[in-house]
Amino acid sequence: MTSQANVIPVQSGLPEFEDRDNQETKYTTCYMCACRCGIKVTVEDNKVRFIQGNPNHPINKGVLCAKGNSGIMKQYSPAKLSSPLLRKPGTERGAGEFEEISWDQALDMLEKRLSHIRATDPKKLAYFTGRDQMQALTGMWASQFGTINWAAHGGFCSVNMAAGGLYTMGHAFWEFGDPDWDNTKYFMMWGVAEDHSSNPIKLGLKKLKERGAKFVAVNPVRTGYQAIADEWVAIRPGTDAVLALSMVHVLLKNKLVDEEFLIRYTNSPQLVVNTPGQKGDGLFYRGESGEIQVWDLVKEEYVDANLPDINPALFGEFTMPDGTPVRTAMTIMIDKYMDEQYAPENAAKECGVSAEDIERMALEMAHVAFKETITIDVEWTDWAGRKQDKFIGRPVSMHAMRGISAHSNGFQTCRAIHLLQVLLGTIDCPGGHLAKPPFPKHVPPGIKPAKEMAPNTPLKSPPLGFPTCPEDLAIDADGNPLRIDKAYSWDAPVSCHGLMHMVISNAVKGDPYEIDTLMLFMANMAWNSSMNTAQTMDMLCEKKEDGEYKIPFIVCSDAFNSEMVAYSDLVLPDTTYLERYDTISMLDRPISEPHAACDSVRIPVVQPDRNVMSWQEVMVEMAGRLGFPAFSKPEGGRKYEGYKDFIVNFEKEPGIGFLAGYRGKDGDKSLRGEPNPRQWEAYEENEGFFEMHLEPNQRYMRHANKDYLELAKEAAWVGSTNQIVIELYSEKIQTFRLAGQGLYDGPMPTEEHHKERLVKYFDPLPTYYMPLEEQRIDREEYPFHAVNQRPMFMYHSWDSQNAWLRQIMSQNYLFMNRVAAEKMGIDDLSWVWVESHNGKIRVQIKHMEGTNEQTVWTWNAIAKRGGAWGLSDDANEATDAFLMNHLISELLPQKGDNEDRVTNSDPITGQAAWYDLRVKITPAAPGETGAWPSFSALKSQPNAKPSPDMLSYTSHENVNLNRPMSDILTRGEK
Amino acid sequence: MKLGLVVDLDTCVGCHGCATACKQWNTSGTIGPLSDENPYGKDPNGAWLNRIRTYEVDDTPNSKTVNMPMSCMHCDNAACVTVCPTGASYKREEDGIVLVDQDKCMGCNLCSWACPYGARELDPQEGTMKKCTLCVDRIYDEKLPEDERKPACVMTCPTKSRVFGDFDDPNSEVSQLVRDRAGKQLMPELGYEPVNTYLPPRNKPVVEMYETTSLKDTVKGWVNKVIAR
Repeated sequence: MTSQANVIPVQSGLPEFEDRDNQETKYTTCYMCACRCGIKVTVEDNKVRFIQGNPNHPINKGVLCAKGNSGIMKQYSPAKLSSPLLRKPGTERGAGEFEEISWDQALDMLEKRLSHIRATDPKKLAYFTGRDQMQALTGMWASQFGTINWAAHGGFCSVNMAAGGLYTMGHAFWEFGDPDWDNTKYFMMWGVAEDHSSNPIKLGLKKLKERGAKFVAVNPVRTGYQAIADEWVAIRPGTDAVLALSMVHVLLKNKLVDEEFLIRYTNSPQLVVNTPGQKGDGLFYRGESGEIQVWDLVKEEYVDANLPDINPALFGEFTMPDGTPVRTAMTIMIDKYMDEQYAPENAAKECGVSAEDIERMALEMAHVAFKETITIDVEWTDWAGRKQDKFIGRPVSMHAMRGISAHSNGFQTCRAIHLLQVLLGTIDCPGGHLAKPPFPKHVPPGIKPAKEMAPNTPLKSPPLGFPTCPEDLAIDADGNPLRIDKAYSWDAPVSCHGLMHMVISNAVKGDPYEIDTLMLFMANMAWNSSMNTAQTMDMLCEKKEDGEYKIPFIVCSDAFNSEMVAYSDLVLPDTTYLERYDTISMLDRPISEPHAACDSVRIPVVQPDRNVMSWQEVMVEMAGRLGFPAFSKPEGGRKYEGYKDFIVNFEKEPGIGFLAGYRGKDGDKSLRGEPNPRQWEAYEENEGFFEMHLEPNQRYMRHANKDYLELAKEAAWVGSTNQIVIELYSEKIQTFRLAGQGLYDGPMPTEEHHKERLVKYFDPLPTYYMPLEEQRIDREEYPFHAVNQRPMFMYHSWDSQNAWLRQIMSQNYLFMNRVAAEKMGIDDLSWVWVESHNGKIRVQIKHMEGTNEQTVWTWNAIAKRGGAWGLSDDANEATDAFLMNHLISELLPQKGDNEDRVTNSDPITGQAAWYDLRVKITPAAPGETGAWPSFSALKSQPNAKPSPDMLSYTSHENVNLNRPMSDILTRGEK
Repeated sequence: MKLGLVVDLDTCVGCHGCATACKQWNTSGTIGPLSDENPYGKDPNGAWLNRIRTYEVDDTPNSKTVNMPMSCMHCDNAACVTVCPTGASYKREEDGIVLVDQDKCMGCNLCSWACPYGARELDPQEGTMKKCTLCVDRIYDEKLPEDERKPACVMTCPTKSRVFGDFDDPNSEVSQLVRDRAGKQLMPELGYEPVNTYLPPRNKPVVEMYETTSLKDTVKGWVNKVIAR
C-alpha cells in the first residue's frame, strides 16, 4: 500500500524513544477472542511493550482489533490466579474460601479421584470445556479416559451452523468456509456475525466497499456491520428461514436456478421413494447393490446416480420396476417451495420484510449469479478425471453465524440459507462461498459418537460424531440417554457438539444419572455461560440428604478469578495466552484460508510470574499418570515428557500429527511426514504459523476436484477421493422422521412427544417452524423478542474484565425501538421490569431507531459479579449492568406435559436456543433503580494483589519530546 | 509537510481497534503513560487520545448509524496552542503535528476548553494534558520497518479506514482520497482549519434485477434438459 509519495522523510534531531537493544520481537497467536490472528509482540524486561498484527499472517494480514490491542491489560490483570486452590475444609461451595496448595498436592488429588472413577465407572467424570481451541487434545483425552461425557462449548454456541453445513455440503461458515471476498459482487450477512470472525470479516467488507459490491445485512438490530451495509433488512428474530425460503420460492417461480450445478454436484436428481405412511418413504431408491438411482434421459433407464457422464432427469415422477412410485428430490423441492405459504406476500407477514423487498433481493442475486458470471481460465480435472477449461463463478456470497444458530429452528434455517446458495450455484466457485481446508468433507464426516464404556478402557470412537440414522444414537435398549447432557438422545438426536448447557442441570437432578466429578476448562458456568444463571448457582450448591453436594467434586481450570472459581472445589490456575505453548491444529479447525492450508501455534512471549501450569500440560501430565494407552510406552511408562513433546511426536496415523507444517526429519514435508524433532523451532522461525498455498487448479469446486481431493486424502482430511455430493435432500434426517412415524427398521422412540418432534422438525428439506419457546408461551402476554450480542470490542473475549475495554463499556442497557417505547410510555433511560416465562429482571432502557419494533436487545456478558475479575463491589458491571441469562430457562417453558423435561434447544442439534426468548416490559415504580437481581460480592483469591485505584502502565520510562527553544521564543509564529 | 489522517466513514464499523491500539502504543510512548482512574472500580476513566463515538442520525425511517472516530485534528489554526499559558502546547513547524511538552504542561485545562473537537484529555495521575501525537515516536523511527512507520491506529485498523500522510503533497494517498471522495473537515465554520479529513459514505451500489418472463406455478412448468453429470 505504501507508495513513494506516502513515505515520510526521516527527521533527525528526535530523541531515541525506544531502547531497541533491550527489546525483543516474538510471534505468536492472539487469544483475546476466537479469531486466532497472528501477532507480533515486542517485549522488554519480560514486560509487553506492544502487540501488533503480523502483516504476513494469513488470518489478519497485519491488522488487529480492539481486543487484540488490549492484550497488555489481560496480561497484567490483578485477577490472575497465582497458585492451585482448594476449597477450605468446612466452608461452603460458593463462599469462595480457598487455601493455596502446591501443584504436587493438586495433581495427586486429581489423579486419585480420576483414577478411581476410571477404574470403576468412567462416565462419572463429566469433562466440558469452554471457548478453548484444543478440542483435538481434550476430546482425545476424554476418549482415552473412557468417558463419553465430554464436549466443548459448541452446543451453546454455533453447532447449528456447523451441523447445518456439514450435513448439507461438507463445510460451513467461519472455520469451515468464507465468502470469496476478492470476487464476490453481492454479499448477504444474516444475523449477528461479530462472533465469527473478527478481523477477516472487517478486511473483507473493506474489499467489497472498494469494489462497489453490494452488502445486504439481515438483522433485527443495526449496529457495527449493519451500519455500513448498503441495505439493512430489519427482520423479526427467528424468521430468517421464512425469508430465505421465500427467496427460494421467487427463484423457482422464475426458473432461476443453476441446473447444471444441481445435476453435477448435488443430490437433486436422485430418486426418492414416494410412499407416504409406508416404510421406506422418503428414502432414496437404490439399485441391487445399494447404489442410489437416477433416471437417465438419454439411455431412458435407471442408472447409478454417482456415475459420470450420465444424463439425469432433474424433474419428474417415475415408477420403479417393482411398482414403487419415486420422484426426484428436485421435484419435491419445487412442490414444497412453490407452495403459497412461501410466496413473498405471505412470508412478509411472518418475517416483517416486505414482499417487494423479498422479490427484489432474490432477483438481484439471480442477476449477479447468472448475468454477471465471472470465469477463471484455469484448467482443472473433475472427480471423474475429465479436464475442464475454466472455473465458472457466480459471485453471490453469504455469511451467517450466531444470529441464525441461537434459535431452536437454527439447523433448518442454516440449511435454508445453504439451499439458496446452492440453487444459485455459488458453492466453492469464484465469487461464492469457499471451503477452507481440511474442509469440505464427505457429508457428513464419517465419525460416529461413542456409546460403549468400560473401566480402564479407551472409547472405540470419539465421544462426539455425526449420526446418520437412529442406530447411531447414544441411547440404551430402553431408549434412555447414555450421556449426562442427553446428547444423541431422542431429545436432540443430531447434537454433534454435545449440550454443555444441560450438564449442571441434569447432573444435579440425577437425570439420567448422578456423576462424581465435573471438570471444566475456560467455562464460566456460574455466570454468563449458563442459561438461568441465578438458579444454576443454587444448583451448584445443592446437597443430598447425607450432606454431600449433588455434584460431589468440581474442578476448574482458569487463568483468572472468574465467577466459576468460587463454585469449584479444586482450582488449577492456567497460564495466559502470552505465556503458553498451544496449537491451533489441523486435526481440529485450523486457521486455513480458502486457498491455503494453514495451522499455527502459541509460543510464550513472557515468563509467568506465578505458580501456574497451562491446561495443555495438565492434560498430558494426567494422561501419563493415569496410564492412557496412547500416552504410554508399550513396555509401560510415560511416552511423552510434556505437551511440546507430545505435539511433536504423537501420530494419529503414520505421518499425521497435530501440526501439519514442517514435518519430516528435516522439516521439509508438509501435511504428512514423520515427526520433526525441531518442529516447534520451525514454527517459531516462521512467525508461528504454517501456510501451504493450493495450486490454482485446486482452489475451487473442491467437492468435485480430483487434484484437490487427492491432496485432501493424502493429508487425511478426507477418507476417499470420491466426489463430495451436496445433499439438499437429507435422507439421513428423513430416517429420524421415519422413526418418529413408527416406520423405521431400527430404534424408534416410545414417548409421544419424541415422536411428534421427529415428525414435525426432521424435515429432509430445509423448512421453517416457529421457535419452540414461542410455541409454548402466550405470544400476546410476552410481545417482544429479546436477543443479545456482544460488542465488537468484547466478542468472545471471555476473561480478565480488561481495564481498557471496560472503559468503553461497563454497563449495558436494554435497547428498544424508540417508536415502540413511546407508544408504551417508556422513557429513554428509565428503569423497567423485563419478564419472561422463567423470571424477571430490572434493567435500564435506551431508545434506539435501528431496532426492529418487536424486538428488544442488549449487549451480553457486560454484567459481572462484584469481586470477580478483580472488580470492586461497586463496579458498574456489578451494580447497573445485567445478564439476560436469568430470563432464559435451560428447559422449555413448563406446560405440565412431557416436554417440560426437554432442553430449550434446537430439537435436531441440541443447540442452546438463547435467542428464542420472549418478554414483556413494564415500567419500574418510581425510585426502583439499579439492576436486579443483584448478588453478593465474591471474595478475591488468597494472596491476590489488590486491584489498583490508579493504573499508569508503561513498559519503560517514557521519553518526552521537548519543545525547541526557538519555537518557544517565536511562539510558533512563522 | 502537513501530516494528518483521513478517516473513511464508509467503512468504519466502530470496532474501537484504533482506540485501543493508540492507548497501547502511547502509554509507553512519548506522551505516556496514559493513566486510568478506577481501572477496576466504579466509573473507570482514563486518558485516551482517540475515541469512537457512535450516533444515530435522524429518525425512523430515515435514520442512519454513523461511527465517528475522533482524535486531534492537528489544526492549522490551533486554538489550543494559542491559549496555552506555559508554552507547553505547540505546533511543529516541520510537519504540523500539535504536541504537548509534558515537562511544561501544568494541567490548567485551557487547551481542552479551547478545542472544539474534544481531542485533549487530562491524565488523572500525571495531571498533564495528553493528546494524539500522530505517533511522532513511530513515523520517523528508522529502526522500524518502512511499512510500520505510521501511527498505531492506522496500522491496526481492521477495515483500513484510516490513512496517514502529507496533506501538502498533492500526490500523497491522503490528498488523492480527499479529492476522489470529496473529503470533509469537521466544523470548518469554526475556522480552526483542521487537517484530519473524513470521507463521507459512498453512494450505494445499484444492482439490476433479473428480468423475468414467464412464471411457473407447478413442477409441470419445468422441462428436463439433457445435462451430462
